[in-house]
Amino acid sequence: MEPARLFLGLLCASAALAASSLHQRAPPPEPLLLEEEPELGESPSGSLWPLPRSLRILPRQLQLAPARFELVHGPGSTAGPGCALLQDAFRRYYEYIFGYSKWQNQGQRQLPAGTELLQLQVIIGSKDSECDNYPNITSNEAYQLSVTEPVAVLKAEKVWGALRGLETFSQLVYEDDYGSFLINESEITDYPRFAHRGILLDTSRHFLPLKSILTNLDAMAFNKFNVLHWHIVDDHSFPYQSITFPELSGKGSYTYDHIYTPTDVRLVVDYARLRGIRVIPEFDSPGHTQSWGKGQKDLLTPCFNGEHQSGSYGPVNPILNTTYHFMTDLFKEISSVFPDAYIHLGGDEVDFTCWKSNPDVTEFMMQQGFGIDYAKLESYYIQKILDIVSSAHKGYIVWQEVFDKGVKLKPDTIVEVWIGSWYTVELSRVTGAGFTTILAAPWYLDYISYGQDWKKYYSVEPLNFIGSEKQKKLMIGGEACLWGEFVDATNLTPRLWPRASAVGERLWSSENVTNIKDAYNRLVKHRCRMLRRGIAAEPLFVGYCDHEARGL
Amino acid sequence: MAGLGLALLLLGLVPAGAVWPQPQLVRESPGGGRCRLSPSRFRFGYARSSAVGPGCAVLDQAFRRYQRLLRDAGPRGPEDTRPWEPLCAELLVSVATPHCDGFPDMDSVESYKLSTSEDLSLLSSESVWGALRGLETFSQLIWRDEDGTFYLNKTDIVDFPRFAHRGLLLDTSRHYLPVRAILETLDVMAYNKFNVFHWHIVDDPSFPYESAAFPELSQKGAYNPVTHVYTLNDVKLVIEYARLRGIRVISEFDTPGHTHSWGPGAPGLLTPCYAGSIPSGVHGPVNPILNTTYQFMTELFREISTVFPDFYLHLGGDEVDFTCWRSNPEIQAFMQRMGFGQDYAKLESFYIQRLLDIISSYGKGYVVWQEVFDNGVKVKPDTIIHVWRENAGPYQQEVARVTKAGYRALLSAPWYLNRISYGQDWQTAYQVEPLEFEGSPEQKELVIGGEACMWGEYVDVTNLTPRLWPRAGAIAERLWSNKTVRGLQDAYRRLANFRCTLLRRGIQAQPLFTGYCDPEYSGF
Repeated sequence: MEPARLFLGLLCASAALAASSLHQRAPPPEPLLLEEEPELGESPSGSLWPLPRSLRILPRQLQLAPARFELVHGPGSTAGPGCALLQDAFRRYYEYIFGYSKWQNQGQRQLPAGTELLQLQVIIGSKDSECDNYPNITSNEAYQLSVTEPVAVLKAEKVWGALRGLETFSQLVYEDDYGSFLINESEITDYPRFAHRGILLDTSRHFLPLKSILTNLDAMAFNKFNVLHWHIVDDHSFPYQSITFPELSGKGSYTYDHIYTPTDVRLVVDYARLRGIRVIPEFDSPGHTQSWGKGQKDLLTPCFNGEHQSGSYGPVNPILNTTYHFMTDLFKEISSVFPDAYIHLGGDEVDFTCWKSNPDVTEFMMQQGFGIDYAKLESYYIQKILDIVSSAHKGYIVWQEVFDKGVKLKPDTIVEVWIGSWYTVELSRVTGAGFTTILAAPWYLDYISYGQDWKKYYSVEPLNFIGSEKQKKLMIGGEACLWGEFVDATNLTPRLWPRASAVGERLWSSENVTNIKDAYNRLVKHRCRMLRRGIAAEPLFVGYCDHEARGL
Repeated sequence: MAGLGLALLLLGLVPAGAVWPQPQLVRESPGGGRCRLSPSRFRFGYARSSAVGPGCAVLDQAFRRYQRLLRDAGPRGPEDTRPWEPLCAELLVSVATPHCDGFPDMDSVESYKLSTSEDLSLLSSESVWGALRGLETFSQLIWRDEDGTFYLNKTDIVDFPRFAHRGLLLDTSRHYLPVRAILETLDVMAYNKFNVFHWHIVDDPSFPYESAAFPELSQKGAYNPVTHVYTLNDVKLVIEYARLRGIRVISEFDTPGHTHSWGPGAPGLLTPCYAGSIPSGVHGPVNPILNTTYQFMTELFREISTVFPDFYLHLGGDEVDFTCWRSNPEIQAFMQRMGFGQDYAKLESFYIQRLLDIISSYGKGYVVWQEVFDNGVKVKPDTIIHVWRENAGPYQQEVARVTKAGYRALLSAPWYLNRISYGQDWQTAYQVEPLEFEGSPEQKELVIGGEACMWGEYVDVTNLTPRLWPRAGAIAERLWSNKTVRGLQDAYRRLANFRCTLLRRGIQAQPLFTGYCDPEYSGF
């Protein structure tokens, strides 16, 4: 899915150096314009991010006393104290609202009658609150929030909407110069524009410690993202510890320390669930599988140099039955470890050179009547994989090449568009063929450049492609991708946030929320709020936050 | 070094104990020879011949630091798995000149000789500053095998810097950097053998320097007068912390431009801009026509000259915008009286010259940005001209012009690390050759070094460290090592390895490319 990944065999230094030519493959450098100093002002929408659908903020202020204020289940809610997901969320948001100030000594004081907000009541309306479910593509994230004296009410059909509403509520509370917590009377009705709002993290090129992933899930919730696309393995390393095939990580991870055990994976999936975030793992094949070869003999195609094996290996070997036995067992495990209805199957950037060199593959091509069209061989492989995954009752997401090469796909396949040039044309094509699509192409956040590049991500309009209304409906969202060539735990958080926040608002808020100046004013504050909550989000431009980043 | 064995798999052959920046001369004993090293039992000490001994804070503290780095280098290995191999006992340091308590300066001698062997390793140097560089090298020579045992190969090193001024600029005005971020940067500078911290302490956006003479400057000019300031104690801490690592601190109080934040705390200091015939309410550069301006500068720089012990002050002088001066009728009248006509560069020169006189009267030297030279301001012969402009023709030509005029030059133009781009941009910084310009050998002598600059538009404590390291390491090696040390592949191997060393030392240095370190960064 990214040009950078064409460079295989990167494990030697010379190849690593060659990869510096990536510069040319990345979008051309922006001209070094002197940044016009943006004037920081107040947005009428305060610090809300992403901006809700409809919003009315009244001038009347109410005060919250930390010692008295409560987050509670409201009357008639179908979720009660037995809903651990909400109980956890209440505690979390109480911390986010009050936790970072020295409030302990106040609160005994009586506030003038009629000026205090005493409670936030959360009311789940639907008979099934989905409290114990995993979120999915159709999860209802809508909510209504009404802040009036003396209690605020947050109504949602399902817990997922309540989570989004809690985040919004927490963003409405602010601290004045005297350390009082205030909120304006407000009415908010909100729901997402797109159902799939994802962040891709790559744990193969660099291993990311669990803590990095969890921190990132926190930040995702602050920005109303709802999908972690976990690009968990790739050429470079295989950190996923498989129960069925322990040798895969045993030999394919960087070291024994650089693995995700089943417990780790479960922790990520549960932590994400509690924040209304789906975890979609990607096990990319048949290309991008060098690291698989170390722990699984005969899985990869042996490349030939003339008549002899060269000692190097190419993509997965598509002509052996053992390959499909292996994949069946592996995906059976993956299907049960990851609860989401979708698995990302990759399918990008398959290099045919090795297949071409191999006489057994050539013979197989003849037998099958593929001639010398290796795309047919790739399709042959992918179709078998799709059948395997279907039989495990999972849906799948694939990178756009799988569609481009005409592989037969189930109608509910999601095609992820990633190739930077002409992506609008690709969106027309994919949706024209009736497939659901998600967009990543303009949001490769690993491509850094000097200056406020968040504006570029913010200005993308996902439905800006030629197509019928029906086609537009097939666009269900997008993903901000942070590939790992140059990213590990040392720089992940500041590189991702708040740049990904721009994508977050684009995918959540109305199409007409495009005012850059207003966005800047809100995003600056949102970034300071992330700092307070322990996310080392980098600055947008010159300035400061009252509470600078903790830690270091 | 911990993890090196595993790193080998990844990086190809990193010579055991690779050093960054590369020393001038390294000779590993042809017959091999190595000793095991016990992090807990190994000792640093003074040789009998040394002119300094216990009580010398610079070295006493350095011993403790390196002892600690050694101890924290990873879980203790099975030290006695190879009892037949000799154990390294100690490193003795011998310094020739008996000076300990001073500050490093431009003429400090940083050369050293290091010879390691089984029973005794010896580090000798002219000054304590050289000893510091040698200790860092020594710490990088220690490596670790797959069993976790530490080793030291028998090695002889002769080393000295190629350039005397190897600096790093941090900008604490566009974003405030907490003192601990500055201190950590000083640590990493020492690991890279940088020796000048250029503290761009104030600028348009904020004035975090707390002045004793003019407390209003930070009270009204800092982002927050309590939390976003550097107190006198902070500044002293930074200076002493730097001294203990052989690093000079050169402060920059940039004028007459870049002074917006000075205005609120110093009424009348900045030029009132006019819209037509009335003041617009906006202010421009420092007002150069008032006597009060020079009285103020005299007082302020008197304080600064005392607080910052280095012989040099950086006076800025860059990017003066003439629009406001032009709009002001009193300035126009002054220009006429002085016979400057419409040439506002002359007015700028007038200001700068008076400022330089003030600084000179305090017995200080000065560094200025290149515009001061370009605009023909008369400067003292020992002025250092800081070449920074990327877009004003090739910087090599500017270096040629500056040195031709007999001034010393400091290079930053190709080393603006705040300018980020996708990929391994450290290579671009690494491939710069500072002496590659047309000029006589005498001119080349006048290039005293360079500085990596991390301007603060987009940088604060959240992203400073990974953005700075290991990218600034490329510049460190360019300024320290021999001119011939240019091979990218070799540099890649050593730098990737060095970055893992930084992680082990708790520094959040970002990766060069795909791969891993063992252990990874964990200091969340």
